[in-house]
Amino acid sequence: MEQIGLQHILFVSISLFFIGVYGFLTRRNLITMLMSVELILNSVNLNFIAFNKYLWAGRLDGVFFAIFIIAIAACEAAVAIAIIINLYRSHKSIDVESAAEMKY
Amino acid sequence: MEAKEIIFYLLAALTLGSGLLAVTARKIFRAAIFLLFSLIGIAGFYFWLQYEFIAAVQIVVYVGGIVVLIIFSIFLTQQAGTDLPNPPLRRIIFSALAALFGLIFSWMLISQHPFKPGAESPVAVSVANIGSMMLNVNDTGYALPFELVSILLLAAMVGCIVIAIKSRTETAN
Repeated sequence: MEQIGLQHILFVSISLFFIGVYGFLTRRNLITMLMSVELILNSVNLNFIAFNKYLWAGRLDGVFFAIFIIAIAACEAAVAIAIIINLYRSHKSIDVESAAEMKY
Repeated sequence: MEAKEIIFYLLAALTLGSGLLAVTARKIFRAAIFLLFSLIGIAGFYFWLQYEFIAAVQIVVYVGGIVVLIIFSIFLTQQAGTDLPNPPLRRIIFSALAALFGLIFSWMLISQHPFKPGAESPVAVSVANIGSMMLNVNDTGYALPFELVSILLLAAMVGCIVIAIKSRTETAN
């Protein structure tokens, strides 16, 4: 068995990314879609940290990208949940198919 | 097989398995709990890579913040105990095909690319180093993005309150 290196971590990270993509494409509930987006953002963070560890250990750029992505993901989740609660109040449902007023 | 490798494969199994269950579970509350375990697995990867500060931030922000927020919004918007409807078979097949194609394609790209490590000597990822770089105004510092993110957080907080607040006319109806 070969030594665990960058490519093993990248494989975990792209698997997690496409698990998130699969969930985003199949789910029709806004909260579960938001959960898939969180998985995608986490896989990107893991990528940044792995690249920083294995390729650019002399700089801390990957760490800072990860920190700022975490902060922006927190903002995004909070705003998305506020919108979801507002949508539930007006439509009594958080299915994406029920919010179709601006579709046509 | 060393202990490090065993821990890596255990973490990968935990993260990917619970991630897969989080996007396929029929009950939304279970999906949120599986998402929690997947995020803990990612934090374990950060510990495994010896980036302890990022791992702590991951646990505090994701596990302590975002998942709790998601669980509260499930309580607010979902009738407890109702299953999510099964997606149509056609959508499952085509989504799985799209995800598999992307996975194989990027895996081929990664396995053929030669990654060359930088020649610089490693910097310790200590809180002191991160803090002094975060507030540094030189061209290697991150003071400007730090300020921008703080403004973004404030704007998001105000925006959440404005969006989710019940207006007086709405409650009168």
